[in-house]
Amino acid sequence: MAGHAQPIGKEDLWSGGKSPFSISYGKMMMWYFLVSDALTFGGLLTAYGVIRHGSADPWPVGEQVFEALPLLHGSYPLMYVALMTFILIISSVTMVLAVEAGHRLDKKGVVKWLGYTILGGFFFLGSQAWEWSHFIHGSGGGFQLGQPVTVSAAADDGSTIEMTLPAGAWVHMESEFGHAYEHALEHEAEILPAAAGQDAHGHDAHAEDHVMVPASEMVPEALVINKYTLVHQDGKDLRKLKATGEDARKLWEAMEPNTVVFGANLHKNEYAVQQQYANFFFFVTGFHGFHVFSGVLINIIVWLMAIRGVFERRGHYEMIEKIGLYWHFVDLVWVFVFTFFYLI
Amino acid sequence: MGAHEQAAQGHEHGHAHHHEESFVSKYVFSQDHKMISKQFLITAIFMGIIAVMLSIFFRLQLGWPGESFGILNTFLGDRWAPDGILDRNAYLAIVTIHGTIMVFFVLTGGLSGTFANLLIPLQVGARDMASGFLNMLSYWFFFVSSVIMIASLFVEGGAASGGWTIYPPLSALPQAMPGSGLGMTLWLISMVLFVASSLLGGLNYIVTIINLRTRGMKMSRLPLTVWALLVTAILGVLSFPVLVSAVVLLIMDRSFGTAFYLSDIFIGGEALDVTGGSPILFQHLFWFLGHPEVYIVLLPALGISSEVISTNSRKPIFGYKAMVASILAIGFLSFIVWGHHMYVTGMNPFLGSVFVFTTLLIAIPSAVKAFNYLTTLWQGNIRFTPAMLFSIGLVSTFVTGGLTGIILADSALDVNVHDTYFVVAHFHIVMGMSAIFGMLAGVYHWFPRMYGRMLNTKLGYAHFWLTLVCGFGVFFPMHFVGIAGAPRRYYSYSTFEFLQNTMDLNPIISVFAIVGGLAQLLFLFNFFHSIWFGQKAVQNPWGSNTLEWTAPVEHMHGNWPGALPEVHRWAYDYSNPEHEDDFVPQTVPLKPGEHAH
Repeated sequence: MAGHAQPIGKEDLWSGGKSPFSISYGKMMMWYFLVSDALTFGGLLTAYGVIRHGSADPWPVGEQVFEALPLLHGSYPLMYVALMTFILIISSVTMVLAVEAGHRLDKKGVVKWLGYTILGGFFFLGSQAWEWSHFIHGSGGGFQLGQPVTVSAAADDGSTIEMTLPAGAWVHMESEFGHAYEHALEHEAEILPAAAGQDAHGHDAHAEDHVMVPASEMVPEALVINKYTLVHQDGKDLRKLKATGEDARKLWEAMEPNTVVFGANLHKNEYAVQQQYANFFFFVTGFHGFHVFSGVLINIIVWLMAIRGVFERRGHYEMIEKIGLYWHFVDLVWVFVFTFFYLI
Repeated sequence: MGAHEQAAQGHEHGHAHHHEESFVSKYVFSQDHKMISKQFLITAIFMGIIAVMLSIFFRLQLGWPGESFGILNTFLGDRWAPDGILDRNAYLAIVTIHGTIMVFFVLTGGLSGTFANLLIPLQVGARDMASGFLNMLSYWFFFVSSVIMIASLFVEGGAASGGWTIYPPLSALPQAMPGSGLGMTLWLISMVLFVASSLLGGLNYIVTIINLRTRGMKMSRLPLTVWALLVTAILGVLSFPVLVSAVVLLIMDRSFGTAFYLSDIFIGGEALDVTGGSPILFQHLFWFLGHPEVYIVLLPALGISSEVISTNSRKPIFGYKAMVASILAIGFLSFIVWGHHMYVTGMNPFLGSVFVFTTLLIAIPSAVKAFNYLTTLWQGNIRFTPAMLFSIGLVSTFVTGGLTGIILADSALDVNVHDTYFVVAHFHIVMGMSAIFGMLAGVYHWFPRMYGRMLNTKLGYAHFWLTLVCGFGVFFPMHFVGIAGAPRRYYSYSTFEFLQNTMDLNPIISVFAIVGGLAQLLFLFNFFHSIWFGQKAVQNPWGSNTLEWTAPVEHMHGNWPGALPEVHRWAYDYSNPEHEDDFVPQTVPLKPGEHAH
């Protein structure tokens, strides 16, 4: 067919009896489905924008919230999510190669490149699971002040700032102390019913837990102000201010006890005053993750079909193109989700 | 057949040869568009009966508040109508479900599902929909969705009761009112399935029209029904997903403790521990679907009427290109006017005035359509078939309801009558009556094509006149009730001193509603009787030009025996002086020297 290409007038293309775009109905349906799905995500991201824009309190900044790497301590802002994103985009490249191999009816190529795509999808899903669990677990927790406190705190560049925090202001613990404190609180909550004569859990571990410092006696060496939010004042960057020693103790003593929160759930989170921050993070990344998950499942089914030679017998690999469209779309949506939740 | 053509025609048909089918594959899980069309129609008729009955129940309460009616107790039982008096919560539930069923199940699923399925393949000259399987799924999602919506009437606490627009917080808090519990949950599940049905159907309709037009069926030769159904499907594919976003976030708020739509809520004086969400956000997302939805309901009815009016005036449709352009313009504009449903939400007045402007713009293509119907009728050789009467009735309701639309589009005027019976009157006339008239016109016109028999004309006339008179009888007085200030959705108005003058209208409205409801029995009898006992139809009973009338009366897989028909002219060659007959089907080749339109 390629050898006989004739120029075709536009009028002729649309005059019936043929597909004006020279594509099958299935591929065209996939395109329209993706347009429709794009509007679903459009609705969700717009909702996110409306709530974020309408919020009176400052919204957390991605690079201050997401700075952990698996198995490593220290601060690596957005490094892990950058890796996830990179792998996902690479999986789109391997998908393109699978489609290209399909055009050449190269079964081995299709199986190989689609296989890599599936691996990329699994890596992304696993990473998202880790990212979620880290988000849920938190980076030390925080609490609100019960009364106004005047402290001096150190900025990143070493300068010291004197400031008065109003009642209700958020102060955060550092990761190590926060986890120890959370542990101690949980421990007390578990021990108390036992002391009242009810069934103890009876784990051996409890024996050594008893030597822990009770939560009420723990005092942090340092606390962080504006840990997750970006605050500028008089041209000065006021994020992650550190209050140490006596200043930390003053803040600690002003704590409103029932406001302590570690990590995130759907009702409250340590990152923001607004529960909607975690609500949207979980829902939108989860909704996208569900798309990736279904994409991986479909890819696996088609991969198995390719291995069994279904498309070879059919004489064409158009199915790879259709799932390829879906896969690229899911990647593209991630670029938007990534931008909205991590970058801005 | 070239390679392109083969790809375009899809893989699964060309069943020109006959093969045996089981009962299940022919009548239940059918993949034939004509059978699926009938399935949609019968389901929609059933849903319509329920919705009309519900409206009669609440009209009894509104007409004669607090009075006892045995029939209410018979149908609704001791719990919802103790001693024959409608319970307050039951009132809210049946108003909500009446609206939901009418808007979504009768006028969206029923109207588009029936006529897109019947007409698209037949009028573009295709053997079937692009994907018969997805088409079948579309119907069965619709069916399950209908079953769940009806089931929600029977659960503890009753069906959803916050109005068909399901605004939070009533819909977001299961403890808000009895219907906000399981009834609301089922409403949401039903709606998600409904959207799946609409999406599968819509994708099929679009792709079939683009890919499967027969040889010679240029876009400029498509009947206006197909144009209208195409734009309807596009609107559905673009707007329903946003409803999905709104609904899934609502489900999260209800069942998983998020607060997308909730903020500063007090129940019994106690504050709920939620802040930061926005109920207005839901309204924006809802109406981004909700307004295109109006045209999803209306456009197929307008398309059907174009066809019926042109055929029965024996004249070409006036301004074919203008008609297509107005369908496209209405489709586009419908996406940028949703704010006019929200003028009283504290919207920035500047933004409000933008929505006033875009909304008023829609009057232009709408007026183009109305005038083109009239100019098509002008000096026509008019045949008053029941279908024609319903189509002319549509023009009347479209204009009547459209004029009050101009008032409601203006924010300065709208705030005075927002959420009153004036709005109820407006949308029931412009979208309810018009769309139902279009749908009935379609049923009367294409019944011979669907069932191979004719509907009884005399019963059709009686049905039309009773429906027209009762429709206006119900909705016209509501304008006055609304201007007097009566809010919609109230259970009883007897405590409002200032409304007592206009409340005398309520019994009259209710009488019209009951008579109008009973008039539909004529149609039901006519419809079901004629399926089996109607007069046998000839192949082209109305002398139409479109392709569906070139197919044999007996339905067959693949629609045409042998080759697909070829198209040589547009669909509106009526009373062409160069031809002897007053109609020239699209398949007739041009005479030597004759110019294609």
